[in-house]
Amino acid sequence: MTDLFSKFDPLIEQRRALLAGGVEDPFNLVMERVLSPTVAVCNGRETILLGTYNYMGMTFDPDVIAAGKQALDDYGSGTTGSRVLNGTYAGHRACEQALKEFYGMDHAMVFSTGYQANLGIISTMAGKGDYIILDIDSHASIWDGCKMGDAEVVPFKHNDIVAMEKRLKRVPEGAGKLVILEGVYSMLGDIAPLKEMIRVAKEHGAMVLVDEAHSMGFIGPNGRGVAEDQGCLDQVDFVIGTFSKSVGTVGGFCVSNHPKFEILRLVCRPYVFTASLPPSVMHTATTSIRKLMHGEAKRAHLWENSRTLHQGLRDKGFSLGTPEAQSAIIAVIMPDLERGAAMWEALLHEGLYVNLARPPATPAGMTLLRCSLCAEHTADQVQTIIGMFERAGKAVGII
Amino acid sequence: MDRAATAEKIAELIGPFNKKGIEVTDAITFAGDLEWDSLTVMDFVAAIEDEFDIIISMNQQAEIENYGQLVDAVTKLQG
Repeated sequence: MTDLFSKFDPLIEQRRALLAGGVEDPFNLVMERVLSPTVAVCNGRETILLGTYNYMGMTFDPDVIAAGKQALDDYGSGTTGSRVLNGTYAGHRACEQALKEFYGMDHAMVFSTGYQANLGIISTMAGKGDYIILDIDSHASIWDGCKMGDAEVVPFKHNDIVAMEKRLKRVPEGAGKLVILEGVYSMLGDIAPLKEMIRVAKEHGAMVLVDEAHSMGFIGPNGRGVAEDQGCLDQVDFVIGTFSKSVGTVGGFCVSNHPKFEILRLVCRPYVFTASLPPSVMHTATTSIRKLMHGEAKRAHLWENSRTLHQGLRDKGFSLGTPEAQSAIIAVIMPDLERGAAMWEALLHEGLYVNLARPPATPAGMTLLRCSLCAEHTADQVQTIIGMFERAGKAVGII
Repeated sequence: MDRAATAEKIAELIGPFNKKGIEVTDAITFAGDLEWDSLTVMDFVAAIEDEFDIIISMNQQAEIENYGQLVDAVTKLQG
């Protein structure tokens, strides 16, 4: 008998070697108590959280929590059903209404996760004979959506407008074209030149889908994302987003002005063949989205935090993923996985949690310590974080 | 461009990516013999696409493992 698990042997060996060095397992951390959006007790230590994507710190907002508790009392713990059968409650409709108002768009469709939103929308829209033109650094959920559909998949070099245009020009006459971009790319925290890319995509008759998972609530005058910030949101056919970052709960969505958009509810399998989100999640999400509409002060503070951390780490001699802070993600580039894991552990012992990101999730085989800031981090916490990085970096020999 | 001319052009384009100077035959594989990672493959595919003004989609790439198969595919894609 061939052991179907033998394909994982190289990864099992890599993990064994890493942990044999005595390092704490970076992929097996337990949050024992969560004290606030920015502080938790992890592995017995009080720890500042700098890798949660909880950008706007909504997870402990009193109004959000009250809405969830009320929904548990009023509607029960779950819907036990698909959106197209018994799983659409008033809360799901109210959440979609809040999204339409947040983005100023005609249609909104809520999925059970952000992953499923990409999986469903992409695989359903782009079918046999259609062409998907996408950035090579796209998120796994986008790639999986491509793989699940029957369209021809054509990647281009990250953020390379010329490479994208060349491919658009070569698509056979008459074929349907979908260009997929992200506002913020989550590994390095860099943003896309959406205005120019979308202009080129439209010139070539493509529909455009933009994943704004890492910009919602934070980037743009109304927190609608990078497309809003660059003044081209009206040119985007489909915005994909998530509730598991700025919104502070779980779920995914697509908003659009396409006149036939509602038909997707009947034909999109990752929407139909799964249970809908619990009512408590819908009510927390709705409350959070409505509060994010008025989050100007928080947005300004989060920008300040991001710029301060970026400048501070650069001044200490760390190598960063972007020349300046372009989002609330600051990626610190590690020389290799071993020293990345050692640095990750040293930071944890200092009382700081960041994400350890490594291939294949990262571009160009890089090992990254990915930091994501929160609007609830205080200016003092950011200074504390810079000090922790300096001590850990010197101890591990990275700076 | 016929198969022979296409093969010659592709062999030329492999050059800069052939770090170990492996002899190019129909049977050499990109992942195995040439030891290309996904980034090298992307750069190489872009070079081929630009040279012949074609698209080799991911779906088509999945079927192409060696030089001979690539030459056949590019010959066909040029129509």
